[in-house]
Order: sequence, then C-alpha cells, then structure tokens
Amino acid sequence: MSIIFFLIACSIFLALMFLIAFFWAHQAGQNKDLYTPSVRILFDDEIVDKDEIK
Amino acid sequence: MAVLIQFQCYHCGDDCVIELVKDDKKFCCNGCLNVYTILSNGGLNNYYKLNQFPGANQNRETNKFNYLDNEEIAAKLISYSDTEKTIVTFYIPAIHCSSCIWLLEHLNTINPAVLENRVDFLKKQVYIQFNYHQTSLKQIVALLDQIGYEPLISSQDVVQKDLAQKDNLITKIAVAGFCFGNVMLLSFPAYFGLSAAEENYGRVFSLLSILFSLPVVFYSGLDYFKRAFYSLKQRNLNIDFPLALGITVLLLRTLSDYIFNTGEGFADSLTGLIFFLLIGRYVQQKTYHHLSFERDYKSFFPVAVDVIDTENNISPIALDRIKTGDRILVKNQEIIPADAILLKGNALIDFSFVTGEAQPIKKVWSEIIYAGGRQTSGVLELEVVKPVSQSYLTGLWNNAAFQKNSENRTKTFVDKVSHYFSVVLLLLASLTFLYWLPQNWQTGLNAFTAVLIVACPCALALSTPFTMSAALRIFDRNKFYLKNTDVVEHLAAINTLVFDKTGTITLTNKNEMSFIGQLSLQNQGLVYHVCKQSSHPLSRKICEYLDANSKPVIENFKEITGHGLSAFYQYQEILIGNSSFAVGATTNLASNCPTVHVNIDQNYLGYFKFEQKLRPGFVQVLNRLNTNFKTFLLSGDHEQEIALFQKTFHQKDNLFFNQTPQNKLDFILNQQQQNNKVLMLGDGLNDAGALKQSDVGIAITDNINNFTPGSDAILDGESLTLLPNFIAFSKACVKIIHISFCIAILYNIVGISFAIQGKLSPLVAAILMPVSTLTIISFTSIATYFSAIKHQLKQP
Repeated sequence: MSIIFFLIACSIFLALMFLIAFFWAHQAGQNKDLYTPSVRILFDDEIVDKDEIK
Repeated sequence: MAVLIQFQCYHCGDDCVIELVKDDKKFCCNGCLNVYTILSNGGLNNYYKLNQFPGANQNRETNKFNYLDNEEIAAKLISYSDTEKTIVTFYIPAIHCSSCIWLLEHLNTINPAVLENRVDFLKKQVYIQFNYHQTSLKQIVALLDQIGYEPLISSQDVVQKDLAQKDNLITKIAVAGFCFGNVMLLSFPAYFGLSAAEENYGRVFSLLSILFSLPVVFYSGLDYFKRAFYSLKQRNLNIDFPLALGITVLLLRTLSDYIFNTGEGFADSLTGLIFFLLIGRYVQQKTYHHLSFERDYKSFFPVAVDVIDTENNISPIALDRIKTGDRILVKNQEIIPADAILLKGNALIDFSFVTGEAQPIKKVWSEIIYAGGRQTSGVLELEVVKPVSQSYLTGLWNNAAFQKNSENRTKTFVDKVSHYFSVVLLLLASLTFLYWLPQNWQTGLNAFTAVLIVACPCALALSTPFTMSAALRIFDRNKFYLKNTDVVEHLAAINTLVFDKTGTITLTNKNEMSFIGQLSLQNQGLVYHVCKQSSHPLSRKICEYLDANSKPVIENFKEITGHGLSAFYQYQEILIGNSSFAVGATTNLASNCPTVHVNIDQNYLGYFKFEQKLRPGFVQVLNRLNTNFKTFLLSGDHEQEIALFQKTFHQKDNLFFNQTPQNKLDFILNQQQQNNKVLMLGDGLNDAGALKQSDVGIAITDNINNFTPGSDAILDGESLTLLPNFIAFSKACVKIIHISFCIAILYNIVGISFAIQGKLSPLVAAILMPVSTLTIISFTSIATYFSAIKHQLKQP
C-alpha cells in the first residue's frame, strides 16, 4: 500500500508542472487577447479570385 | 437630366458621385483612391478580398502630425525604446473587421522599418515595433492615417494598462484552484471513513492538505486580511471582516486538529472558500477596453498646438506648455485649446459640446473665444489670454466635486448588511462558547469555531458579484456600459432625473428642417447657390437640405450681417434672411425656432423652419418616467423652442435654460440636499461637473468611440428609449440580491444549528459551503435572466 505515497508524489509533481505551464503562458501574455488569434489563423498567404486562376 | 448609374466605391462602399477609375475599380474620392494605390503597390490586395468594402471613407481633410516630431510629446506615447527598436501602442477606433487586422499586421510590406506589429481586435489597439533609424513615429502615424486607420492620440493615455493584470487575480485563482483540487482529492478517503489500520495514511493526507492550504491563505487570500484590517481601522465592519475571520478560524482549527490529532481538519472548506471568493471577484471585474469613464478635458483637447513665434515660424508645442500671450493657429475642425482673443480669420465656432448652444457662433476680431469650441471655417490666428488649466471651461475641474472620492455616496446593500452580520455573528459565537464553558471547555471551543466557520458569509459575498455581473452583461448587450457593479445599485435608488438638452435629448447636427410654402425646383437651385456662398451656419444647413440640380449664374452676391443674403439672377432679386429682410413675411409669426425667409423677384415664397429634433422615442420615454420620477431639464442654450419642451416636460418650473456648467453642478447638489437621488444625463464637457456630482452620471453618445466626459456609465443614443427599463431592471437586480441574501441566511441557520451543538463535522461543512454557493449562483443567474426578459432587455 505504501506505493500510494509514491503515486501521490507523482500526481502532485505532474499537477505542479501544469500549474507552472499556466503561469508561464499567463506571464507570456497568452491570455491577453483571446479573440484576434482566432481571426488571424484564417488568413491565407494569398487569396486568389476564382476568375484570376483561369 | 441623365440618369446616373450609381457605383459603389471599391474601398469604402459609398455611392460614387464623381467617377474616379483605376484598374477597372471605381472610387468615390481621392482619399479612397490613394489608399487603394498604396495597398495595391504594396501587393496588399488581399485587404479587399477578405471583406467587401472594408475601408473607411477617406473623403476628409488630412491631419498633420508634425507635433510627433516634438520629442517631448513623442516620449509620452512610446512605451519602450532602445538602440535597435521602439515600441508603441496605438488605439485605433476604425478597426472593425478581419481586413483591418490583416492590413495592420502587414504594415511591414509598405514600410520595411516596421519590425513587428500585432493587432488586438477587441481593444482596438495595434502594437508596433519599429526601427527608429529608418523611420520616425510621425511617419508611422502618417502611414496609418493614409491607409485610413488614424490612431487616436490624446494627452490622457488612451491605451490603458490592464487592471486585472496588476493585482494578479488570475494567478491567485490558479493557485487557489490548484490547491483546492488537490486537497479535495486528499480529503476524499476521510469522507468515507478510514479504518484503524489506515490511520497513518490519514495523518499524511492531513499534513499534505495543510501544506496545500498555506499558499492559498497567505498568497491568494491575503487581500481579505488586508481589507478586513482597513475596515477595522475605520470602525466599520465590511464583508471582508467575517470572511477574514472565517479564514483565520478555519486555518487555526485545521492546524490544531492535526497537532492534537482531533480530526481531519477543514482544509477542503478553507481552500474551496477562497477559490470561490476569488472567482466572485473575477466575475465582478468587467473592463471595457474601448471605453474610459475617467476622461476629463485633457483627452478632449488636442495634444499639441501650433504656435507662431516672433519670427513667424510655426512649431507644435505640447498643450500644457502654452502660455499667456502665445500666438496660436487653429485650423478647420480643430478645437480652441485655451481662452484666446481672435486676431485673424473667419471664426465660426461650434460650442455645442461646451455650452450646449445648438447653433455655431460667429466671432469677430478682438473678441474672446473660450476654450473648447470647435472652429468650423478656415484657419484662425489667436492670442492666448489664459493658460489651459485656468480657462473658463477647465476651471470647472477645480471644483470640490472632482476632488472627493465616490466613497461618500450611498453604501451598497452588502456594506450595510455585513456590519450587522459581523456583530450578530460574533455575539452568537461568544454565547455558544459561554453556554458550553461550564460543561466542557473543549466542546465550547469546538462550537465557537464551528459557528464562525459555518457562518462565514461566502454565499453573501458571492450573491452581489454574480447578480451584478449578470446585470452588467444584460446592460452591455443593450449598449449601456456601466463603470462598475456598484452603479447598478445606485441606479436602483434613483428618484430624480435631470436631462441636458443639446446632444442629450436633441440630436446634434440634425435639425428638423422644413420649408413652409412653395419652392419650385428651379428656385431651389437658386436658393442653394446663393446660400452656398455664405458661411453662416443656417445657410450651410439650407445647402445640406436642398438639392443642387442646376447651375445658375448668381451675380452681385451680398451678405448683410445680422439680416441676410441678397443676390441677382437674370435681373431677379433674391432675398434670403430674417422676416424683415426678405420682404413680405408676416412678422408676428409665433415661432420659437430660427426661421429663414425667402423672397425671389418681389414674391414672398415662404420660409425655412429649423426645429431641434428630439431623439426618436424620447417623448414616450419621458411620459413613462414622469409617472415615477421627478424630471428636470437643464440647458446651456437660450430659451428658444421652449414650447417644444413644455409639451414633453409636464411641469414648466422644471425647465432651466442658460445654465452654466457651475449652475448645473449646483442644481444637482441642491437636489441632493433635499434627499433626492439624482440621475444626470449629459453629453458635453459642460455637464461634466453635474455628471460627477450626481448619484449616477450617464454620458450619452452616438458613437462610443467619441469623447465622453467622466461618468458612471456610457449610454449609446439608440438605447435612450430603454432607460425606464434599465432603471426597473436594476431595481429587480437589487431585489434578487435581497432574496439571495435570505437564502444564504437560511443555509447559515441550518449550519449554525449543527455548530451550536458542537456537532459540525468537516464533512458537513465541506458539503454545506459548495451547495450554498451553487444555489446562490444558479438562483442569481436564473433570476436575472428572467427579469431581463420581463423588462424587455433580452429575447427569450
């Protein structure tokens, strides 16, 4: 049963990693603008009209 | 007349009157054509493919940005600068679609000196990094302006620092949530009961839980102790006092339970409490990035003014450096920055924003022009007689109303209740302790702490933020933007409404014009072309009203100041002016509004009538408000058109004209001294004092990107008709808070009945707290939802 101590340690360590990852993301400003990236990702390099292809 | 086929401008989508063609695309004006040329040369045609007509109309005068070369002014705008790059953030009101984002993030293709730039769409901000060896701040701004995205630059910083960022609320919530989750996990075995063999596991779990709760209390929850301490100092127990007390007792109880091995402790309730409380605070913080409620005259005035020195050189100087005696230049559509004497130029000043006068005013040589007016024709040369901070208008900001904090306003419901709540709570806990003391001091101490724990007003502390934030969202959807959640409660207490006139209940720039009489198409053309040669405000309005379909040759044009215009067309004499000037008018016309009479070739044809146009639906709104509230009108304008308002405002005594900004402020103060709770609706700088002094000051605007004076709330002009609904809804919200308070008290009574008997187990506490919190949150959300539907602020 003492394996449970090891498991708890593992789970806490993992959770801490996630917490640190969140801190890093927050510090880096990833939560500052939650809208613009959703638009930005849709921009293609160059939009070509259908009739221009012909 | 040939029928013109209307084309839409490829850039902005407006109808093209003159035809400008390039690459088979049509443009309405040179401005739009220029933008297209810049973009297509830069290979940025994608701009037009992402959205149809993405551009803003460019048919306006270009602004000069010379003042940005002044290092002192530039330094205020630049947020970071080193030898390699300069970083600057601009607020650009024109950002409205995905094309805007695309174009503004491709500035680099037009100007290679731009190193990196990003758009924040919701805040309408663009962040630009550029190499200042290759370009200058002025060139960047000029480029933005050329492509139709003029940044809003004002001496009061528009680019606001993120408030939520400053107090680390998100980080605190993350820590509390992380610890809360782990503690819950560790507490679960104890809920189901541990056998004697597993006892030592329980000890380790408790120890770990305590370790987890320490950062929650001392990092996430620290603010509650600080605020509780302040409230003790001020001898007024606010909601933070019982909260901090609850947190302290929970922690001490958990520690002592571990040390003396008397139970599992309350670490789960402790972490959960702080986690929920912080979420409540997060919900309460609503920031409108594009709105500012704290603006004063500084953000209305220009950043810099063109000053002419003794050698006739013109150079831009920062506004606060302007001294008495400086000669300044003010161009068309610019704002007079300081009280000044007119030296040169045709001054036609629009004071509607400053004094409430609806019509522009003509000023002559050597007359004093007060700061704040907008020049509407040509360039002016002025000599400053008073520095900006002491001018007639800005002097208002020295009034006491601007110095005091909003603290002495009505206390919110929670503030009032929590004082008594804390006292009753302490009394009850002490009584319990005294009751048990003779029998068993340990049970007594147990019960004492249990009462403080279970009565910790978590649900009470959450009911206000959740109700109010739901209310704020409803208001927001109806274009009514509140500064913070307290405003809802102040709004609910209102019993007196005070309206400003120009711009608030009347539409600025939109007069209801009509011609009484007959005017043939040909005569319309004549009147148009005569009026076109005059710069009088009424002539301009007539030109806007009439169509110019013919091009008659007007001869012998004369403008007789104070009377009217005269001209000849093919030996016909045209007289346009006041009733005595344009012969034939009935002089005793009972009109309360400006009129312009027309006489062509000795025939009196009729007159133009300029009525101020009330906002649509205002009369109905006022009728609804009159039944429950006292309503007043305070206008800076003259008493003309009083009849129009006498019809709408029932009591004639409640109409006040010729009010100075100071008069308005004093009026509000006077009403407040009679124990009235006053709501002030205004739009201009002249209302700023009254807005600040009133219990709820609402600034009304037709374009929320425009300047609005400092206020508690900003209302879009379209939503003025909903004002009675807004007030009724805020009353409903306060009622919801009262009911949820009763629910919270019921839960407390259940909890305390356990606690007094000394029977409160950590399990009961751990169930009771989240359940009560959940009940409150769901009750407030559902109740606000339904009352919003009831008050027609939301579609079901």
